[in-house]
Amino acid sequence: MNVTVLDRSPDRATQPERSAQSHLGFIDCDVHPYVKSAEDFDPFLSQRWQEHRRTIGNRSRQGLGKMPMYPRISPGSGMRMDSWPKAGGLPGSDLPMMQEQLLDLFDVAYGLLAPLVGGAGGERNVDFGAAMSTAVNEWQLAHWCDPDPRLKGAVQINIEHPEAAIAEIEKRAGDRRFVQVNIPPRGLEPLGRRRYWPILEACAANDFPVSLHLGGTSGHASTGGGWPSFYHEEHPSYVQTMQTLVTSLVCEGVFENIPNLKVVLVEGGFAWLPALSWRLDKHWKHLKAEVPHLKRAPSEYVREHIWVTTQPIEEPERPADMASILEWIGPERVMFSTDYPHWDQDDPRYAFKIPLPDDWKRMIYRDNARALYHLD
Amino acid sequence: MDHPLNGSIDCDIHPAVPNTRALLPHLEPYWREHVLRRGLERENLELSAYPVTAPINGRPDWQLPSGPPGSTLAALQAHVLDRMQPRFAICNVLHGAQAMFSEDLSAGLCRGINNWLAAEWLDRDPRLRASIVVPVHSADLAAEEIERMAPDRRFVQVLMLAMAELPLGRRQTWPIYRAAEKHGLPIGIHAGSTFRHPPSAIGWPSYYLEDYVSQAQGFAAALNSLVTEGVFVKFPALKVVLIESGVTWLPASLWRLDKTWRGVRSEVPWLETLPTEVVREHVRLTLQPFDAPPTEPQLLAILEQLGSDGMLLFSTDYPHWHFDGDDALPAGLPADLARRICIDNPLETYPRLAQN
Repeated sequence: MNVTVLDRSPDRATQPERSAQSHLGFIDCDVHPYVKSAEDFDPFLSQRWQEHRRTIGNRSRQGLGKMPMYPRISPGSGMRMDSWPKAGGLPGSDLPMMQEQLLDLFDVAYGLLAPLVGGAGGERNVDFGAAMSTAVNEWQLAHWCDPDPRLKGAVQINIEHPEAAIAEIEKRAGDRRFVQVNIPPRGLEPLGRRRYWPILEACAANDFPVSLHLGGTSGHASTGGGWPSFYHEEHPSYVQTMQTLVTSLVCEGVFENIPNLKVVLVEGGFAWLPALSWRLDKHWKHLKAEVPHLKRAPSEYVREHIWVTTQPIEEPERPADMASILEWIGPERVMFSTDYPHWDQDDPRYAFKIPLPDDWKRMIYRDNARALYHLD
Repeated sequence: MDHPLNGSIDCDIHPAVPNTRALLPHLEPYWREHVLRRGLERENLELSAYPVTAPINGRPDWQLPSGPPGSTLAALQAHVLDRMQPRFAICNVLHGAQAMFSEDLSAGLCRGINNWLAAEWLDRDPRLRASIVVPVHSADLAAEEIERMAPDRRFVQVLMLAMAELPLGRRQTWPIYRAAEKHGLPIGIHAGSTFRHPPSAIGWPSYYLEDYVSQAQGFAAALNSLVTEGVFVKFPALKVVLIESGVTWLPASLWRLDKTWRGVRSEVPWLETLPTEVVREHVRLTLQPFDAPPTEPQLLAILEQLGSDGMLLFSTDYPHWHFDGDDALPAGLPADLARRICIDNPLETYPRLAQN
């Protein structure tokens, strides 16, 4: 008999704090720490870059300077309404509150940080991007990973400055407080293109999976047919970006050339992955002469090299279809994530609308991430 | 003996303009002279989204001694019409006319193509029907062209490409939908891009394989735009046919869109029903290239996930290469569904087919 996480905490309504006791002790593969103030980065920036941050600041590839182009449906660019710290500052900027609302509440074994702060990844001035990368990495350690060792950092880099990016990756290699490298999916060029290979090679060589957390401002329209009007379209367009990203990594032969590269798609959903694999295989059959560097069917590279996180989990019309999707992807490639403290955060108790087999649950909530990131 | 597809309706075949010279008799005098002065008759204005020499765009046994595949009626008859004996086949011309920056040149060439279609194809084989090619970047001129061609009942649809300057649902484009709805013409959205933008937000990929596979994301975005902007609220009788789009990507895409709608529908208050329901009512997809899963149970699961047996329309996508021999229907398709796909669904989608 399968027992859902929900079933294990029937007293949640009256005693939410007790749910931790009955929980799996899961690994949360998408947690967002925020800064109280951009000045928090200053201790980790040189005088020159502190000055630059105060005067010129971040320069990304979009019309608005300080906020996303598509206003979210809640303040703070889409935060949970109950996650604003009483002492002020953005949701996710207060460690005790994050502990109370996430880490302690759910007995989270590890939380994998995905800092969406500092603007390092999409910065047009790549020297500033490199400086901010280092600063955000140091900030993760000082404000999050060291005070709460359950939190694991993600190395920030700016891929348009390959020398600095590789140096940063190598500097963090062996420091187990960092478990992966973050790259924004929307970059200037598809990530599979050869000019990015040295960076991807550095990730693989230093045993860092590459985590692609949705977002990034490439400056290109968010769809192939131009800029949509509404967040209602922009939000799903991030999923389309993930699909073209997988297509690029596979078709360019990245996995043929960097066989130990591991890629994690974060916050892009995953129900689309089987159909994309079928489509790649179907058309590769008639176009394989164009890509002779592919030695195997595209779906095989996907199956070996791609991991996905769950939030925002797709909700099939017939909930049981979720079981088929997980089976088609392979439950060993799916990892649970909450996306705390965003408005569309998934609660581990309710995210799956169907009971999962116990062995799948162990894999998805804990064991897959533990193995991929070498967490004990 | 009858072919198993006898009486079916092939909703996507591609007659090819052999070269611009062939259009000259069908252009207005100004545009004829214009084309000659600029030397365009030496070019064939092939879309970069559809290089005719790419293997996927010309089945090996459908190649011609000269000219692009699909460029002669005799070949079309031998390969499809006389062999599979469809009741009707709908001609969708893929041509650079839709990509030109000049709205006037685009419209002039589109008019020429529609005239050419009527004279060189529809007049010569009664089984043929066609889509009206329109200058997609100029909604007013496109609507004019729909008005001009609509009286010819053999034109059963309006043809656009999935990716243009603006997402297809944008209000500037609505004159096209208004005219199409008025005349009972579905909007056929064919795979392809005029490449006003890179094919996706991550920029320009290296390989044609990537471009081709990523058409599915282009369609998903176009569909989201049409639904979100409220095109089907404004034009409730409008039908949209996704052509050469693939099929199996749709359920997961809609699950995501439904979830987004539940969270952020306050942004688009006119959208009062789940996107999935809107799509089931208004959107159809042609069959080829069917990006089938590897097993029959998976195929049946995907068909069930579509949640309607009325959405798929039979197509060969001639002369593009997606199947060999006569295997235009995916293996494992239940017989009653196959009948709906081949006959009933096209007749329901294209009211003009039943009328003539």
